[in-house]
Amino acid sequence: MQTVGDHKLPHFYNYPPYFTLQPVRETREKQIQLWKELILDYCRTQKIFVIGLEQDFPLFTNPAIERSLNHEAREAFLSALVSDGRAEWMDKNRRQCLILWHRIKDWADLILNFVKENGLEDSVMTVDEIRTGIESRGTDIHGMDRTVLLRALKLLENKGKLAIFKGTSADDEGVKFSV
Amino acid sequence: MAGITWLQPAATTTSGRPVLLPGETESSIQPSVDLVNEDNPNSLPSLKSGNLILTSYRLIWLPNATPGGPPSSVALSAVTHIFESKKTIKGMLAIASPRVRFQVMESGGRSGAVVTLVFRGKRDVDVFVGKFWEAWRARAVPVVGVSGILRKEQEMWESTDKSLQDAFQDLNALMKPEDRVLHVESDAPNSISLNQKTGCFLLNLLPITPYPCNMSKAKEMVMLAEKMRQKLLSGSSSQADATNDEMGSKEEMQDWLLSVGIVSPVTKESAGALYHQELSRQLADFVKIPLERAGGIMNMIDIYCLFNRARGTELISPDDLLRACSLWEKFNVPVMLKKFESGVMVIQNKSHSDEEVFSRIKSLVQKPDALQSGVSATDAARTLGIAPAMAKEHLLAAESKGFLCRDVSPDGFRFYINIFEDIDPNDAYLVKEYGVYDAWIRSAIVSR
Repeated sequence: MQTVGDHKLPHFYNYPPYFTLQPVRETREKQIQLWKELILDYCRTQKIFVIGLEQDFPLFTNPAIERSLNHEAREAFLSALVSDGRAEWMDKNRRQCLILWHRIKDWADLILNFVKENGLEDSVMTVDEIRTGIESRGTDIHGMDRTVLLRALKLLENKGKLAIFKGTSADDEGVKFSV
Repeated sequence: MAGITWLQPAATTTSGRPVLLPGETESSIQPSVDLVNEDNPNSLPSLKSGNLILTSYRLIWLPNATPGGPPSSVALSAVTHIFESKKTIKGMLAIASPRVRFQVMESGGRSGAVVTLVFRGKRDVDVFVGKFWEAWRARAVPVVGVSGILRKEQEMWESTDKSLQDAFQDLNALMKPEDRVLHVESDAPNSISLNQKTGCFLLNLLPITPYPCNMSKAKEMVMLAEKMRQKLLSGSSSQADATNDEMGSKEEMQDWLLSVGIVSPVTKESAGALYHQELSRQLADFVKIPLERAGGIMNMIDIYCLFNRARGTELISPDDLLRACSLWEKFNVPVMLKKFESGVMVIQNKSHSDEEVFSRIKSLVQKPDALQSGVSATDAARTLGIAPAMAKEHLLAAESKGFLCRDVSPDGFRFYINIFEDIDPNDAYLVKEYGVYDAWIRSAIVSR
C-alpha cells in the first residue's frame, strides 16, 4: 500500500479520476466525501492544522500516477470541510484553511479530560504550557495549534470552567482552571 | 380490384414514400383526396382521404392513416381524357370539395371508366389541374435532381460535339491540298508555307528560325479527338463496353452519381403543404444506407451535406432538415433524431439504441487495459465503430448516469469506470470482494 510520509493511503488514491473534480453531482458528492475523510485522517496522524492552498501539500499530488489537484478542486474539498464545521478559512481570499480534525467542542472535552487526569482542576497554567508541557505529552493536545487551543479555551471560559488572564509576557496568556 | 387493370397497387418504402419508376419524378402532392368511381362506386376499393401524388408517369394514391385503403396508382397512359372543370367563374379562388374527373381505359381498350378525384375542404385545384394536363400531354421528365443534371450534361455533350465536329472539319480542310488557301511565299516573315513533298508546314516567325509542324502529327491529334468524341457519345447513350477501361470508369462515375442521387426530390413546389411531411419520409429512406455505413449514428451536419448533394439542385435549408427529422416521431420509420445534452444532434437507427451503446461502453471500460488507463473518445470510437465526436457524447452520457468518471490531465481527457460507488465511506480501506473497486485494484494496482 502506498504511503505519504508514514500515512497509509487507500487504494483509490491511485485512481486518476480521484484527482479530477467530477462534474456529475452524485459522483462528485461521493468524491468529496472520500477527500474529506482522507484530509482529516491525514491531518490527524500528521498533526497538521493549516493547509495553504497555494503551497505544496503532499496529499494533493500523487507522483505515482502523475496527477495533482487543481486549485478549484482543492477549494471545493476544503470548502466542503468548512461547511461541515471541520475546517475554517483563515482569510477572505481563502489562501489558508484551518483544519479542525477535532471540532472545537471536542478539543474542549479533550482539555477537560486532560485537566482531570492530571489533577489540574484548580491549577494555573500558561497556554503554551498546555501545548508543549510535559503533562500533555502523548495526547492530541500536545503540539496543537495555538489558535485552535485558544478557541477551545474560550469555549470553556464561556461555560465557566476556567478563566483566561493576561500573563507577564505580552504573547502568553494564563489559564486558571476551576473544573 | 378484380377485373380493373387501370388501377394498380403502388409500392411504398418503409417510411411511406412511393417507390418511383426509373426516371419518374413527382410534380404535385395533394393531401386529403378521395379516388372514386361515381358511376359504379363498388368497383373500386375505398380510397378515402389519402395523399394524391402526380408524377411524370402516374397518379399515385397513398393512405394517410391506417386503414385508409391500399396504396394504388393510375398510369397516365391509361388516361384517355381529362374533363374540363365545371367551375368557370374566374376569380372564385376556392370552392368546397372541388372535383376533378378523368376517363381511363382498360388495357386493350375494351372498357373504360370515369374516375373522380375529390379534394376535401375548401381549396383551389387549378394549379393541380394544370400540372395534370401538362403531365398527361407531355409525360416529359422535368429537370430536377441528379438525373436532371445528367440529362442537361447529355445535351451539353451533344452541342459540344457539334462544335467539335465543325472545328475538325475546318482542320480537315487545311489538310486537303486542293482546298488549301495559303501564302506560299516560303521565306516571307510571319507566314506559313507548306512543303507538299514532306507534308510539313513551316511557320516563318521572325526572328525565330522556321519551325516545322508535322502534318501527320496533326492528323493523329484529329483522330484522337474524334475517338474521344465517339466514346463520349457512345458512353452516354449505350451500355459500357466492358473491354474498354476508360469507358468502364466513366460508367462507374455515372453509376456512382446516380446511386447517391435522389431522382425525384420532394420540393416545396411539388408537395406544397405536405412538404415537410414528404421530405421527412424521403429523408428517412435516404439515410438508411449512409447510417449503416457510419455504424448506425451520424452527425446532422454530415446528413445535411449528403442529403443536399443527393438532391442536386433542389437544396434544402438546415431548418427544413430539422423539421423533417422532428416529424419522424409521427411516422413509423426505423430512424430517429437524438439531441445530446451538449446540444449536438445526431440521426441514429432505432436499433442503435442508447442501451445497446451503453452496454458496449460498459464492457469496454471493464477490460483490463481500460481499468488501468481509462478510455479516450478515440478508443471508444474505434470499438463502437462511430465518429470520435459521437463516441464522446456517448461517454459523457454514461458519465452523467454515474457510470463513468473523468480524468483530465496533460495526457488528455479519459474516462474510467466509476469505482466511487463501490467504496465504503465509513471505511476507505475496506475493499469488497468481487466489486468494481476490487476489479479495478487488481488490474490497476497490481500492474504498477
